[in-house]
Parts: sequence; structure tokens; C-alpha cells
Amino acid sequence: MKTHLAAFSVNGALALIAALTLFPLFWMFSASLMPAGTSSVYPPPLWPTHPTLENYHELFSHAGMGRRFLNSLGIASAATLLSLLFNVSAGYAFAKLKFAGSQSIQKILVGALVIPAQVAMLPLFLILKTIGLVNTLPGVLVPWLAGVFSIFLVRQHVATVPDELLEAARLEGAGEAAIYLRVVLPMLRPILVTLAVFTFLGAWNDFLWPLIVLNEGKLYTLPVALASLSREHVQDSELMMAGAVLTVLPVLLLFLLLQRYYLRGMMTGAVKG
Amino acid sequence: MIGRRCGAWLAGAIALLPGCTAGDSRIALHFWAMGREAEVVLELIPEFERLHPGIRVEVEQLPWSAAHEKLLTAVAGDSTPDLCQLGNSWIAELLALKALVPLDAHLARSAISREDYFQGAWDGNVLGGSVYGIPWYVDTRLLFYRTDLLAAAGFTAPPKDWAEWLRMLDALIQNSHGERYGVLLPLNEYDSLIALALQQREPLLRDNGAHGNFANGEFERTFEFYVDMFRKHYAPPVSNSQIANVWTEFARGYFSFYITGPWNIGEFKRRLPAAVQGKWMTAPLPGLNGPGASTAGGASLAVFRGAQHAEAAWQLIEYLSQPAVQQRFHALTGNLPPRRSSWQGALESDPYAAAFRDQLERVKPVPKVAEWERIATEMRLVAERVVRGDLSVHAGALELDARSDRILAKRRELLAAGTIL
Amino acid sequence: MTAAARAGLILAFPALSVIALFFFVPVIIALALSLTDFDIYALADIHNLRFTGLRNYVELLKTPLFWSALGNTLYFTSVGVPLSIGASLGTALLLHSRLARFRGFFRTALFAPVVTTLVAVAVIWRYLLHTRYGLINYGLAHLGIAPIDWLGNPHFAMPSIIMFTVWKNFGYNMVIFLAALQSIPEELYEASGLDGAGWWLQFRHITLPMLGPTLLLVSILTIAGFFQLFAEPYVMTQGGPAQSTVSVLYFMYEQGFKWWNLGTASAVAFVLFLMMFTVTALQMGVARRLAIP
Repeated sequence: MKTHLAAFSVNGALALIAALTLFPLFWMFSASLMPAGTSSVYPPPLWPTHPTLENYHELFSHAGMGRRFLNSLGIASAATLLSLLFNVSAGYAFAKLKFAGSQSIQKILVGALVIPAQVAMLPLFLILKTIGLVNTLPGVLVPWLAGVFSIFLVRQHVATVPDELLEAARLEGAGEAAIYLRVVLPMLRPILVTLAVFTFLGAWNDFLWPLIVLNEGKLYTLPVALASLSREHVQDSELMMAGAVLTVLPVLLLFLLLQRYYLRGMMTGAVKG
Repeated sequence: MIGRRCGAWLAGAIALLPGCTAGDSRIALHFWAMGREAEVVLELIPEFERLHPGIRVEVEQLPWSAAHEKLLTAVAGDSTPDLCQLGNSWIAELLALKALVPLDAHLARSAISREDYFQGAWDGNVLGGSVYGIPWYVDTRLLFYRTDLLAAAGFTAPPKDWAEWLRMLDALIQNSHGERYGVLLPLNEYDSLIALALQQREPLLRDNGAHGNFANGEFERTFEFYVDMFRKHYAPPVSNSQIANVWTEFARGYFSFYITGPWNIGEFKRRLPAAVQGKWMTAPLPGLNGPGASTAGGASLAVFRGAQHAEAAWQLIEYLSQPAVQQRFHALTGNLPPRRSSWQGALESDPYAAAFRDQLERVKPVPKVAEWERIATEMRLVAERVVRGDLSVHAGALELDARSDRILAKRRELLAAGTIL
Repeated sequence: MTAAARAGLILAFPALSVIALFFFVPVIIALALSLTDFDIYALADIHNLRFTGLRNYVELLKTPLFWSALGNTLYFTSVGVPLSIGASLGTALLLHSRLARFRGFFRTALFAPVVTTLVAVAVIWRYLLHTRYGLINYGLAHLGIAPIDWLGNPHFAMPSIIMFTVWKNFGYNMVIFLAALQSIPEELYEASGLDGAGWWLQFRHITLPMLGPTLLLVSILTIAGFFQLFAEPYVMTQGGPAQSTVSVLYFMYEQGFKWWNLGTASAVAFVLFLMMFTVTALQMGVARRLAIP
């Protein structure tokens, strides 16, 4: 009897917290389907009496969000690929291919982790200005090219690859390039997915840097466009909610799909790290 | 294997990025405009492109609330467009950045005649004897009000001076139980306070813009008047983003007066429900003793130093300055044309525009210093603190002087060194 | 050099040069900038740039808004971090409970806000918090609580942002705590003799000590994250009302990218860095004294 009561309160509490947590997201979907102007009344409606896709239509036809969606998609995908390219090879090199100075370089990199990225942001803008990358999509990518955290994430996983395996390949006459591409990379597939999900979500959700580096609306990413739209069109709450759905839905789906990999990355990053 | 596949993806992703389509031999003229003007100017562009087959205009829309920082960022990042719509209080700042080119040479061989323009609007674009912008539309702040609510409170005509205005506001909020207010003065905008402050004789900055000039009887009297609006609950102490929808709230009678600009003539006509149409009007801004001055605002068109197509930019300016085009622009936005000849026709008979025509005879520009936008922002911030009771009016004025002087420190140094005028 | 070492150098070189060029070089430039009066006049003509030594830092200490930005950030951190970690730990314990059903579903549901786009959900919350039409005040009205001007009242704006941030972030640490809880061997509870003891005693004497290292790590990372408050006020309040939500980073953004006082802004960035560094070092020190590995 007592266990029943305890089970009921534990699960009841979980259900309540989950409901509260999901409520803002539910309301976002619901309000995005309301006709313009119908959500700002008292009492506030929970769902639309006459659901409409009008807001989504407006978003693509007038607010130009289709273009911004492609920008976000392009940037997040390119950031993911480039970051894999740069970080995986560096992580592998630090784990298995000791070169002169690799130890001290790693120490410096760990030290860099304590410097917040914002310190570098102002001069980075000036540097990008001199190489003509301000107000371009590649300019948005720059901070995603290589990251200390990602390098260490990979390094940690490569360390679990047995040295004997690499030695055996070398004895068979395989070159270093072949070993990297044919032996190491296939074994790293799970962590590559993890790194990819992390980078994609990070780049998709990033706000401050694209806000600074982009000043033409047609280059905006979704978060920047949404922030700008929400300053200009405060009154169009239903339109804003449709914009929020467009921004949130892809990452939410991606997460639901690849949850396993995402959580694994968090674990290695936090618990063992 | 994986490497090659990644490479293909990478190429695909990068091909997505630039997004520009080739195959158009016309030159691309980059034109930045703000808010509603950017949306509307799109309807004027096809005619221009028909007249100038070699030019394709790409209009970029900046939201007003972020326009200033985006513009400075563009200048800092060398990514300016060819021409831009500028709030004319920003011209001094962009000149300090050496971002604009003088237009005198173009003007000399152009049909644009400065005599046709309202004096106040033109003068805002002249610095050191050179013209840096051509007024696109004029803008000043005055009263939009609900005639029916005012009549219900016992008044048949809009206020002429501050005292009368206060009597009306007092009557309007009787029995409202805090549900309704008399006037909306958004705390996140400095425009209303500055419009009122320009009514006084004392300039807002002194010594060629080297020091703030706020702690004096004149400004403090204006400041007191402004803050009293909140203390007496005539105005709700809210920012714009807290009013879900200004037009809906105006229609609901949440407030009866709204100090705003000419673009709202069009917005009010379009956005207010039919039941409220015919129940609102515009009126000149009341002053201390009779009709008062207001801001010589508005926007100009300016060409950037980094422009790739300066000549084409000038052609677009000339096109947008034609009276016929300005009249269409007015019809689309409600923005008021800066040329007298553009006022002939529909505008003369528009009852809502009459108050603006009247007010335009009494407009004053804000101080022409690069730091003005920052000082105006400080005015808003300090005013908010005074409204919330953190500071007295006098302490607020002293604080404004201190903050302005700090902001103007480098200007004083450069003035003393003769680097700037 | 061996072939492996050469390969290592080649593979590490691209990432390292990118980090050097786009991170270390800017940090050094930032330090240099913070010692100059780089502003729009200097942007126009580099001859208007002057070396000013530590003047930016001294001026900052004399700027009231900087102090309130500092105060606001500390307020946000000192209230938000305990709330956030408390919520994470609480939900992790619930999820870890043997009695919990549908664990996978609940975990995903509670984690969902973490992966959402901050700007988008901040926009949602701005409407939920609306004084007159917001669902939060509507809910409170049912409890007999008068409408609260969440984002318009200087006393409530920061609590609103804290509430939002906790909602957005607690799932992250929850998952980390959950993993740590799962790694505590069951035998510990059995062997301790506290098996029959109450839940609280077990928690106090076994669970909490075992979570020590995780707690330390989580609090270091969470505090560092909370110090970097920016997008929430940018979207929800624009620093207002009465600048009650201007954070250090928001102040830096305005100085740097709104007014182009790059000298001042760089100085702010370094003060932020010093703050974060000091707090982290303090935590490590405390942890060492408490002998948490």
C-alpha cells in the first residue's frame, strides 16, 4: 500500500514536471496555428478554434524565412562537416601519433578552455574584416572550424583503439593515410555521429556570432532572423510562434532521432572528462 | 572512402552557401532601407528598373530597432551597400566614420532643386557646407488621438498647450481604475522626450557639442512635465514590447493619445478596426504656451564611400525624389514628402496630414554630433529611472550632464586638436 | 622524424592553425585593444587611436552601468545556478527512483528544452509572460494572484529570466546526474547498514558523497555558462526595464557592436574572463579542501 502511494507520487511528480516542461513547446505549436491577432485576448486560448496554416504561409511568402531556413541548414551542415574534418584528424593525431611538442600543445589547449569565446570575438571581427569575410556565410563558420572540446572528445575515444591494431597495419605495409582512413575512422563511427550532432545543434542554435557578423537580412540564420522579426513585429505573436516552430522543430527532430549519440557525447564530455 | 564521401558533401554544402544566381548581366545596386519603407519601396523599384535596364536593385530590409547598430557594423566591417536610407540624426556619426560621400557634384547637374525642399529637412543633411544626403521623407512627432474618447471627456478640440493637455489627460483617466490611460509614451523610445525638449530655447548640448546642457531650468521643466505624465498615471510605465499590439490597444481605448510619426497615418487607416475609423485625428504637438516645436526627423538617402555603383545609386536617388514617385510613396506608406511640389494633389486634401503640414513649420534638428545617438539613448535610460522614482528630476538632469560629458570626452579632445570641426 | 610523427603533425596542423589564427591571435589583440581608446573615430582614421594604459579599466570601475551589469550577472548566477542544479538533481533522483515508469519518455521530455533554439523559446516565453494576455498570469489568476508585470517590472524581470533559464537548462545537468546516480553501486546501499534507513539518511550519507565529483564539475560548468548571459535579455527585455537585465556580456555587446568602443568592450571581456577564472579557481580550491577527487 505504502509502495503504491510512493509510486503514485513519484510518477505523478514526474508527469507534472514533464507537463510543465513541455507546455511552452505545446503552446508554441498551438499558437502558430491561430489566426492573426487571436492569441492576444483574455482569457488566453489554449488551442485555435479555427486552425490555420496562414502564419506559415506568411512566413515563407513575405517574411523570407524559407531563405533563412536554407542559410541555417547550409551553415549547420557545413560547420558539421568542417568540424569533423579538422577535429577528428587532430584528435587522432594527439591520441596516437606523438610528434614533437604534442604534449605541451595539448596543455596549452586545455588552458584555452578557460578563456570565454567572447574575449576573442571583437578582434575576430576585425580579422575577418581584413580578409573580407564579414557579412558572408563562411564568416559565420569560422568559429566552428576547430574546437578544443571536440578535439579532446575524439582523442578520448581514439585512445580506446588498441595500439596493436595500428602496429599490425603498419607491419602489413599500410601507409599512415590508409591507416587513418581504413582502420581508425571506421572504428570511430559512433563518436563521429556524436560530434556531428553536437556541432549541428550548436551551429544551428548559435546566436551571438551570426548576429555580429551578418548584417544583411538575406544571409541571416533562423535565430538571428527570428530575433530581428520579433523586435519588428512584436504584435504578430502567431507569426512569431510559427517562426519559432520552424526554428525549433528541425533540431528537436534531429535530437529525437539521434538521442543516443547526443547523450553519449554528454557523458564522455562531463562524467569521465 | 569516408573521406571522399565527406568531400562530396562538403562541396554540396558550400555550393549552397553563396546562394547568388549568376546569369544576370545587369549591375546589382545594393540599397538598404528600414522597416516598412523597405517593404514598400519594392513596389517602386520595377518602374526604375524599366527606366534603367542596366540596373537591378537589391533592397535589404533592416528592422528599425537594430538598424543603427547594423549600419555601424557594416561600416566597421567594410560591408556597406551602395546607398542607404538614413535616419538624419545619424549623418554626423557616419561622417565621423568617413563613411559617406558628398553629393554636391551630383546635385550641381541634377534636376533636384534644394529650394523645393522644406528648410529644416534639407539642413539636417548639410555638414561643413557639403550635402551628404537627400531627404527622402520628412517625419516629425505629434499627437494621434481618439476624437470620440476626448469628446466623451468633454473636449471638442485637441490641446493647444501643456496645461490644456494635462486637463484632458486628467479627465480621460477618471473612473478608469488603472484599466485605461491617457497617453502612450513607450519607455524604450526617446522620441517623445526629445520632441518635447526641442521646444525649449536652450540647446541640448553646448559649446559646439562639447558638453551636455541638461541641468538647467528649461530642460528640467520639460523633464518634469514628461515624468509627471507617469507619476499621475496618465501614461503607463511600459515599453513598446509590452504593448502586445499598439493598434489593437488604441482601438480598445487603452490610451487616447499617442505621440508618433506620419507612417502611422497609413497604419492606423489599415490596422484599426472599422468601428474606430473616423474616430481618430492628428494634431500638432502642444507646447508650453501654445503650439510647440517637434523633431525634424525623417530619412535621407545617402551614398556610401565604399559604393561600387555610385552613379547608379545617384540615379535611384533622383528617381525616388521625383514628385510623382514621392506621391506614390506617400500613398503607400503615409510618409510625408520633403518637397513642397510633392504635396500637391491627394496630400493637400488629406485631413490627417494637415497637422503635419502645420507642424513641419515648427521643426528643429537634434544636435549634429557623432555621439548623439548614444546621448539620446542615455536620455531614454535616465528618463526611465526618473519615471520609476530612482532619481529626482534634478538628479536625473545632473546625471545626464555627467553621462554626456563622459561620452563627449574624445570629441572635446579632437575639437581641441582641430581634428574635427 | 618517424612516419607516424610526420602524419601526426600533418593531421593536427589544420586544426591547430585555425585555433591559433582565430582564437589565440584575437585574444592577444583583445588584450592590446583593451589598453587603447579604439572607438569610431579610430575606426575612421587609425591616427585617432591612442594608447591609454589601464584607463579603460579604471573608467569601467567608475561607470555605474558596469557595476549594475556586474551586480545583475552575479544575481542571475547566484540565484539561478542553485535553482538550476537543484531542479536537475531533484528530477534526476525522481527518474532514478525504482518506482519511476516510462523513464525513457520522461527523460526525453525533460531534456527537450535543452536542444531547442534559445532565441525561439525566449520568444515563446515573452508571450507566456505577457502581463495581460500571458498564460502564466492567467494560471496565477486561478490561484488568486494578481497579474504580475513580469518583464516590465525591474523587480520581476531578472526572476523571469532566471525562471526561463532554469526551464531551458535543467535537463542537461539532470542527464549527467542520472548517469552518475546509475554508476553508484547498489551494494553500497546494502552494505552500509542504512538499507532499512529512511530515504533522507541514504541520500545524505551515500548518494550525496558519491555525487561529489559530479556536483563539482556540474557547478563549475553551470556557473561558467550562467556568467555568459546574453541572448535571454537581448530577446526578452533588451536589457530593460531600467537596465535591470543588462548583464556583463550584454554590456560588452553594446559597448562593442552598438557603439564601437572596442577599447572599453575588450576591457569588459577581460574582466569577465578574470571573474570566471577566479570563481573556477575558488571552487577547485574548496573542492580540494573538502578532498573531493
